[in-house]
Amino acid sequence: MNKNYNYAFLDEGSKREIRRSILKAVAIPGYQVPFGSRELPIGRGWGTGGIQITLSLIGPEDTLKVIDQGSDDSVNAVNIKKFVRLCTDVPTTTDTREASIIQTRHRVPEIPMKNDQILVLQVPIPEPLRIVEPREEVTKKMHAEKDYAPIWLQLYESLIKYKKITIGTEYPCMVENRYIMNPSPIPKFDNPKLNDSQCLYLFGAGREKKIYAIPPHTKVTSLAFDDVPFEKESFKGKKCRLCGNENTYLDEMFDSDTGEKHYQCSDTSYCKEVRMKCH
Amino acid sequence: MPLTEQPVLSVKNLTVHYGDGCPLCAAHLEKNRCSACGTVWAANDICLDVFPGEILGIVGESGSGKSTLMQSIYFDVEPTEGQAYLSDYYKGEKNIWMASSAEKRTIKNNIMGMVYQNPILGLRMDYSAAANIAEKIIAAGSRNAGQMTERAKELLTAVEILTSRMSEAPKNFSGGMQQRVQISKALANNPSLLLLDEVTTGLDLSVQAKVLDLIRKIIAEFGISVLLVSHDLAVIRMLADRTIVMLDGKIIESGLTDQILEDPQHAYTQQLVHSLL
Ligand SMILES: Nc1ncnc2c1ncn2[C@@H]1O[C@H](COP(=O)(O)OP(=O)(O)OP(=O)(O)O)[C@@H](O)[C@H]1O
Ligand SMILES: [Mg+2]
Ligand SMILES: [Zn+2]
Repeated sequence: MNKNYNYAFLDEGSKREIRRSILKAVAIPGYQVPFGSRELPIGRGWGTGGIQITLSLIGPEDTLKVIDQGSDDSVNAVNIKKFVRLCTDVPTTTDTREASIIQTRHRVPEIPMKNDQILVLQVPIPEPLRIVEPREEVTKKMHAEKDYAPIWLQLYESLIKYKKITIGTEYPCMVENRYIMNPSPIPKFDNPKLNDSQCLYLFGAGREKKIYAIPPHTKVTSLAFDDVPFEKESFKGKKCRLCGNENTYLDEMFDSDTGEKHYQCSDTSYCKEVRMKCH
Repeated sequence: MPLTEQPVLSVKNLTVHYGDGCPLCAAHLEKNRCSACGTVWAANDICLDVFPGEILGIVGESGSGKSTLMQSIYFDVEPTEGQAYLSDYYKGEKNIWMASSAEKRTIKNNIMGMVYQNPILGLRMDYSAAANIAEKIIAAGSRNAGQMTERAKELLTAVEILTSRMSEAPKNFSGGMQQRVQISKALANNPSLLLLDEVTTGLDLSVQAKVLDLIRKIIAEFGISVLLVSHDLAVIRMLADRTIVMLDGKIIESGLTDQILEDPQHAYTQQLVHSLL
């Protein structure tokens, strides 16, 4: 551990302040709580919101897993792990079950999380209404008054134009029938995992200085019309070329040599685990 | 008109001014502008009632305050003074201008429908015609897409727009079609009051006649009360049961439309009627 820094890099006052914002977020599921985003030796846009949450919560008892686009080995995930280890000495893992804190971008792990785990999501754009309203003071008022017609209109327009709802990632969901929330850039495949979950979900947006949360067993529904049910991505007829799984979220790979398309689990550690079992 | 009936809309002493006003305003108005302080009195002590099933016409020259009146009623312009009551809002016992912003939204969605002089104010030009209508239905709480589409088809048919064009955006429509989409949007939730601000202005004469015919048909079909604004007395003559004449932000004359046409009292009205003949 690098003794030049305070434990977990941030000073104790900053960590306490971030934890206060987290508590408020947990108390009002889906509501975006502003927080005083700190400077980190990592560029904004590289997950500083998520890292600040992780740093403010982490302690010697914890085990950390970091994933980026489902992968434990991407440069971003590796760098974040290195940084946290440097200032905490906390052990890291790739095993979803072993981790007490999982920081992630783009994915929720395939293995269901348990009630002693926290999933920290890095969020670029926390505001689900931003696509229909650019002004922050207006979106604030829309949330306060539960004026969500414009976002529903967006979904309806998609139905009229394309006969289906075309939003893939950042698919908006309603939290406890009160706040519409942006589940960060996870694919809508992962949206159902937010509902009535065992674990605590925390969302951090560093640049936009917002924290929001889904506590365990919160009702989270992906927006859908009464007569047009929500549908997640379907990988029907496709399977992971490595582990053979048919019900995970698959990344499409393109082999430029052969010109062939094939599919592979986006959750690499889960894929590995399945393969270990098989062989 | 049986005046014992409760009005659908009642406006009391509406005043809208732009500028702070000064003690000299009342005595120094040049048209609607105070020569001492420059304040514009866009609407000046307006009182009116719209009774169930009637079409109340408002006629007046450009700048007389017609749109200011309409947009105050529709909450787009904040009145400086005055009260307004709707029979469908707390039985006409509460001033709608004191409603919370959430309540105002409900009133706009469910009790009133507005057709703006400028279609850009009333339509989302980049969204489909169907979505423009659905917006109102969504805001009223429906989450059934099929029902929205059915209703959109029904309303577009009522204003004689082919349902095959409902997925097109109004920005690609002609002016007359845009006004008709506005009308169908305004009617989406069966409001009790329809506000029409210069619906036919800027349209070709033949298109004007068609839109006016259509409005007459729809008013009869929907049994709706209407506040109809136009600078064109010919339009008012065609549609309005009663008429109010505005000049420089004030009401200068009101009565049955036929009466006003036959026996105008105010010099300005006389001139207006004269030019019509
Ligand atoms: N935002 C504003 N600031 C200052 N003056 C304004 C503003 N809006 C309107 N006015 C003035 O208020 C007066 C009434 O305008 P309004 O648009 O209500 O007239 P109108 O009767 O609808 O005219 P038209 O027939 O041209 O549509 C005009 O003198 C106008 O210049
Ligand atoms: Mg006008
Ligand atoms: Zn003055």
